[in-house]
Amino acid sequence: MTKTLLNILAITSLAWLGGCSNLGQVNAWEKGNLAKPEMTFESDPLDQRFVQHIYGSKENSSGGYGVGGGGCGCN
Amino acid sequence: MKNLCAKVAALSLVALSGLSAHAVEVGQAAPTFNLPGLLATVDLSNFKGKTVYLDFWASWCGPCKQSFPWMNEMQSRYGSKGLSVVAINVDQKNADARTFLKDTPANFTVAFDATGQTPKTYAIRGMPTSVLIGPDGKVLSVHNGFKDAQREELEKQIKQALHL
Repeated sequence: MTKTLLNILAITSLAWLGGCSNLGQVNAWEKGNLAKPEMTFESDPLDQRFVQHIYGSKENSSGGYGVGGGGCGCN
Repeated sequence: MKNLCAKVAALSLVALSGLSAHAVEVGQAAPTFNLPGLLATVDLSNFKGKTVYLDFWASWCGPCKQSFPWMNEMQSRYGSKGLSVVAINVDQKNADARTFLKDTPANFTVAFDATGQTPKTYAIRGMPTSVLIGPDGKVLSVHNGFKDAQREELEKQIKQALHL
């Protein structure tokens, strides 16, 4: 009886924790601050593209820095 | 005990439903909105019978700036044929949007949603996003982003919607 209750609690608390995954999400329309030029690692846009291109090819990953595509939140 | 289980299950469902918002889909009725606009209140239901090119934009978004002259062009070219361009600004600071509009004139309907409620209902994934809505209020197509190369394709969709 208590065991089943504990099991149910364990499973459901996992589902509840899933709700937390939403807390840190920045929606596309909330990226006003992230799109500011001072939020990028490089000051020169061309240099930044160059560095990101190399990083992308070496790490096989991209994204996570400011907003891609000149302020567009779609990348 | 049974009652408790039911409650727990119901709560979990609520928690899970918070995980993802459903994007607007083609064929679905476009969610209505009533927002303050540049000239007057903008209500989607007032556009019934018209083909609406609904655009979500922000002052900080580069491609949005590129899309404005194109949207002006579309409004002047197809306005008399039944097209209404409606652009919803999602800036949290309204002053930013108004400064943008001074540099980038808009000859179409502009509405402001600083709370982000409308892009949330439409589950916008990127800026800008445009939603083409038919005269019956149903979504015809959804487009994410704006590139110069896509102008023709987007115009083609508008022409198709207007049966031109």
